[in-house]
Amino acid sequence: MEGIVGYGAYIPRNRIKVEEIAKVWGADAPSYKKGLMLEEKSVPSPDQDTITMAVEASKNALKRAEIDPIDIGAVYIGSESHPYAVKPSGTILAEALGSTPEVHTADFEFACKAGTEGMFVALNLVKTGVVKYGLGVGADTSQGAPGDALEYSAAAGAAAFIFGREKVVAEVLDTYSYMTDTPDFWRREYEYYPQHGGRFTGEPAYFKHIMGAAKGILKKAGMEPQDFSYVVFHQPNGKFPFKVGKKLGFSKQQIEPGWLVNKLGNTYSGSSPMGLTATFDVAKPDDHILLVSYGSGAGSDAFILKVTSRIDEVRNLAPLTRSILDHNKNYLEYGEYAKFREKIRKAD
Amino acid sequence: MRDVAVIGIGMTKWGELWEKSLRDIYVETALLAIDDAGVDHIDSMYVGSMSSGIFVGQEHIASLLADYLGCAPVPSTRVETACASGGLALRLGFMEVASGMSDIVLVSGVEKMTDVGGDKATYALGTAADQEYECYHGITFPGLYALMAVAHMNKYGTTREQLAEVAVKNHRNGSKNPLAQFPFEVTVEDVINSVKIADPLRILDCSPITDGAAAAIICPVEMAKKLNKPVVKVIGSGHATDAIAISQRKDMTWLEATYRAGKSAYEMAQKKPKDIDVFEVHDCFTIAELCVMEALGIVEKGKSGEAVEKGRTAIDGDMPVNPSGGLKSKGHPVRATGIAQAVEIVKQLSGESEERQVKGARIGLTQNMGGSGASTVVHIFEKE
Repeated sequence: MEGIVGYGAYIPRNRIKVEEIAKVWGADAPSYKKGLMLEEKSVPSPDQDTITMAVEASKNALKRAEIDPIDIGAVYIGSESHPYAVKPSGTILAEALGSTPEVHTADFEFACKAGTEGMFVALNLVKTGVVKYGLGVGADTSQGAPGDALEYSAAAGAAAFIFGREKVVAEVLDTYSYMTDTPDFWRREYEYYPQHGGRFTGEPAYFKHIMGAAKGILKKAGMEPQDFSYVVFHQPNGKFPFKVGKKLGFSKQQIEPGWLVNKLGNTYSGSSPMGLTATFDVAKPDDHILLVSYGSGAGSDAFILKVTSRIDEVRNLAPLTRSILDHNKNYLEYGEYAKFREKIRKAD
Repeated sequence: MRDVAVIGIGMTKWGELWEKSLRDIYVETALLAIDDAGVDHIDSMYVGSMSSGIFVGQEHIASLLADYLGCAPVPSTRVETACASGGLALRLGFMEVASGMSDIVLVSGVEKMTDVGGDKATYALGTAADQEYECYHGITFPGLYALMAVAHMNKYGTTREQLAEVAVKNHRNGSKNPLAQFPFEVTVEDVINSVKIADPLRILDCSPITDGAAAAIICPVEMAKKLNKPVVKVIGSGHATDAIAISQRKDMTWLEATYRAGKSAYEMAQKKPKDIDVFEVHDCFTIAELCVMEALGIVEKGKSGEAVEKGRTAIDGDMPVNPSGGLKSKGHPVRATGIAQAVEIVKQLSGESEERQVKGARIGLTQNMGGSGASTVVHIFEKE
């Protein structure tokens, strides 16, 4: 059966703490920490972007897949921070991995859902036999305007998944998508930072679509929350995944292994895919995992995965996600962070 | 002057009504009031309005709402005095009926606040403070009321816990109000440990941003009797103003406009504070309820915190305040608030407030104020 043959994650080593950001804006750090359940977030270095992180995560996925990269017939990156407005990210990634020239490439964009879109298409191309292997990546150097609530969460990271038919680490048993036109968060062309509808991003946006996708796939597959060992939801802040999990009947224990946001922040297109990599890191053969992404605009993709015995063979072929998250950290002051994120701009 | 009665009321569930527009919310609510009154036409209407231009980009709403209600060409008037717009709409409708110029008047208020984000809503509300002497210096309403809270604490020894008790009581009352935005209970600890907004005020000291409307139909008492309606009379109406900037007031803890509007209403009604069975007052922040109680003469200056703490303002207390849940729990769609207070008092005096009913309530008072108290409208109602 088709499924994931290799997975990998990447997180930049820079971090900034909620207190450091709150100090600059005169905000009450304890309120943010308690209200949003956030402690710190990752920050890309000046020479890192969606493409470099996608390359790192994909290399980790290749190590676990143990395949020849030339056999990858489809390369898809989902991001809302592609470095170029016109010029693909995917070509650079495919070139860096050694998958060119017989490869189909596309860049996806659907707010925080773009990663699972790439995964969805790569999976289905494998399923239909068009390609032998397909790569789907979610990566972002997320933007949040200075002083906006988003600045406490907008982070950087990537997760990559190679789909194939043999030596599968996790079978994809089912997929389901749920979407409507709901303008809760957007960034127009030539704008540097996204705008959002405040509390409108909650109930009618995040919760409605995640609940819709989760309920839809459970019904389609004839499964219940208790049939799953783990569940991963999109993580815009610490609170939302637990809240939506509770509404759907999932326990804290099912969510926690893939809940990275308190120390990682919201990596937008990378968010729920990175949670899935951390969940694979602790999963056992035959565990069922539910993944539900969320992208503003708005929609959710849901995947039901069943882990195989191959997980134990590949897990340690690349760094574990929590190990990348917890080690080799470099804490930034707000000034360095502002420089790294190009919040300080020189006149030409 | 003719005697005036309220013969119909309308209010729908308040909250974040993402799927409804300003005109949807308004028409739905106004029709409820018209149905409740059982009248086949209205002669005139007043719409309390604060900042529809900023909140939904729409001015000229008096005509717009008359049209969507299907009532054009009746005269329709927009009234603005910040958060007291609803109360003032009622007062102007009352004057029109009392004077004999019109018989059946719709008085109403509506606000759609969630089409904009928090920053813009804060800005819109801030336009009700003194732009030159307050807003330009960076202060917003939570900050102004926080200054009043600190002043009250310093002058009278009011405690942080006593402020919290106001929210605890109003949420307890609101938990029994099916139309409230936040119908749940909170504890003193919840309030004191909630997110800090402007020291000493926490988020649970503040009324929320709300979409909602409220409407009432008023007519001469003689006509109400002919319609076979239970008669709740408007027996007193008062309106007063004060300096918009709190720095221009002699005492930051004293709401002079509320005192004066209350005095006018008490005099017209020939009632005293102790004659009132139930109060609906403008608790936009917990400190506001305390200051209002003192200005209305319900308690002596500086004694409000203690009265709330002792449960005297609870539904079963000797001076029940905000049985509806108040602005705190019921919600605060700014210009609808003054009418919603009247809706609650009419229900209370008609014995229709179910679990939050103040037993035997016959005389009720509403106090609705704008900004940090620079405009206040007070009405007194009596069940015949």
